Amino acid sequence: MPALKRMSLGRLVWPLAALGCLLLFNLFFTPNFFHVEVKQGHLYGNLIDIIKNAAPIMLLAIGLTLVIATKGIDISVGSVVAISAGVVAILLGGDLGGVPLFPVPVAIAAALIACTAAGFWNGILVSRIGLQPIIATLILFVAGRGIAMVLTNAMVIWLYVKPFAIFGQGYWLGLPFSIYMVAGLLLLTWFVTRRTAIGMFVESVGINPTAARFSGINAKNILLGVYVFSGFCAGLSGLVVCSTVMSADGNNAGNLYELDAILAVVLGGTSLNGGKFYLLGSMIGALIIQTLTTTIYAFNVAPEISQVVKAFVVYGVSLLQSERFRRSVSGMFVKGRATA
Amino acid sequence: MTRRLLDNRNLSILVILGLFVIMFGYGSFAYTGFFAVQNFLNLFIDNAYLLILAVGMTFVILSGGIDLSVGSMLGLGTMIASSLVTKQHLNPMLVIVIVVLVGTALGFFMGCLITLFELPPFIITLAGYYLARGLCYVVSIDTIAISDPVFQSAAHSEIHIIGNSFVSPSAIIAVVVVLVGAYVLRFTRFGRTVYAIGGNEQSALLMGLPVGRTKIGIYALSGFCSGLAGVVFTFYTLSGYALDGKGMELDAIAAVVIGGTLLTGGSGSILGTVLGVLVYGTIQVLIVFQGTLNSWWTRIAIGFLVFVFCALQRLFETRKEATAVRGASRTSAAVAGGG
Repeated sequence: MPALKRMSLGRLVWPLAALGCLLLFNLFFTPNFFHVEVKQGHLYGNLIDIIKNAAPIMLLAIGLTLVIATKGIDISVGSVVAISAGVVAILLGGDLGGVPLFPVPVAIAAALIACTAAGFWNGILVSRIGLQPIIATLILFVAGRGIAMVLTNAMVIWLYVKPFAIFGQGYWLGLPFSIYMVAGLLLLTWFVTRRTAIGMFVESVGINPTAARFSGINAKNILLGVYVFSGFCAGLSGLVVCSTVMSADGNNAGNLYELDAILAVVLGGTSLNGGKFYLLGSMIGALIIQTLTTTIYAFNVAPEISQVVKAFVVYGVSLLQSERFRRSVSGMFVKGRATA
Repeated sequence: MTRRLLDNRNLSILVILGLFVIMFGYGSFAYTGFFAVQNFLNLFIDNAYLLILAVGMTFVILSGGIDLSVGSMLGLGTMIASSLVTKQHLNPMLVIVIVVLVGTALGFFMGCLITLFELPPFIITLAGYYLARGLCYVVSIDTIAISDPVFQSAAHSEIHIIGNSFVSPSAIIAVVVVLVGAYVLRFTRFGRTVYAIGGNEQSALLMGLPVGRTKIGIYALSGFCSGLAGVVFTFYTLSGYALDGKGMELDAIAAVVIGGTLLTGGSGSILGTVLGVLVYGTIQVLIVFQGTLNSWWTRIAIGFLVFVFCALQRLFETRKEATAVRGASRTSAAVAGGG
């Protein structure tokens, strides 16, 4: 048991170390980075901002962690975020006085149902029709943004419904409300996957679907389930995104989020080859990405250039995950010792 | 003979050809002015860059890989071209060569990572997507206009072929790329190796084919095509903008898939891809002629077509597997009976 504990902690060491390095760098080179103050009963500061801005990616990453654990991928989540925002926007309406067309809970429920349905569609394609996950979700990746644009009639809909602002801008007990959403979803997912056998089923499908099927696991339904869940998570993420800017922009809402979320999961130690997954690792991965972005902002570099840095992070991480690369590097060391 | 004609590969080409004819035919009946030689040629003129990207993508997908970086690389191409021509006043021909070389080099780099370290193409080209898009912004945040006479004439010249109908230089470049691509794929050792890798990489390796070299070559080729597509794209816009080519990688993949190339690799053709691009273009034109639907319906229609074609592919595959299993059990039964 202690060995097991050490192993799971060991997996988290690398992402934690990366996050630590970034924070340490900021401690020395970015003035006031760690400054947190209380304004009107809320906490303000860079650190709070990082967590707040990372929330949409964290929500996506929770769903994607399970998908990737089954050796799948869901590249449609960014478009599903746009659908979620679009559905909320048309149901609340752009009334300047802040009078919603439908009650806020109805709009939220409708958005979540729409996104869960999107996830269900992905899941059916993967588990029943047997398409490769990247292709199955490519369909909604392409069409999803089109659906969002058609819903909003290709216009940006601004929202003035005050209560809806809580998801992206609200505070509770001094902290941004979205943090509680992330924490809640994380706890729930952790409980369902780690306190029941479902987590093990998910991992076994990722490691060897045939073996999983032979040992009596309904691999098809597990696959269907993770995509449905991923769609649901994207729906929640869409609520936060839409509420943060109080508008639904089908073109830009959730744009490129799928890449950030996948990167977060991979940084967190979950392998793209499926199998073991690390929910907490994915959260740290999302924080790493956001800290990186915030750091780059702090240096007055155009935020778009951060993509170059991200690219090299991805290259580095995937090289570290490559069996070949590790072997050739360790081979170099062994050879060096032999000649010495 | 009929069986020959209806074998899987030809069948998918026939299906896509039929779809194209039906769509073009529908447009001709429904809208006046739709049926014209020029309208058909416009499909090539308006989609030249997509055609070039899709040829490169066909090689990648045939080998069982994927290249998500091509859209950003196209954007990077327009940025480099416009900044070198407008700001550095370099010779435009030299600029075109540089852009194509940069694309090829980036593709080569990704191919090396994928091949030498056995990394998943999806992730490496995803990082390439970030990298190229980020480099666009390193070149410039703003739009750079091109006023160079060579680019101007490439953008505006019309080459008459039949009567009053004309094509643009970019369409000719695209057609040349298509022809060369089709030749390489069908008649060279490199092309046959691409099919072999897509069919079964392990077998290709055991057959002694140069798998590693070919795989690196495939991604370099796709990079070359993206660079060239970037140049051609500047002929349309006469400018470089860091968001050029956003989402185009998926258009290219969609065109290849609709064209009947199997995403698992090993089966498909350039002809199919060309038809895929034509169908894509026709959908766009139909939506323009229709008038009331907004252009986003194109994306929904493309998504739907990708779905239909993927589902059909799966159907064929499962049927083939089923017949293979049945055939195998029959053979083993015969062997057992004979013994």
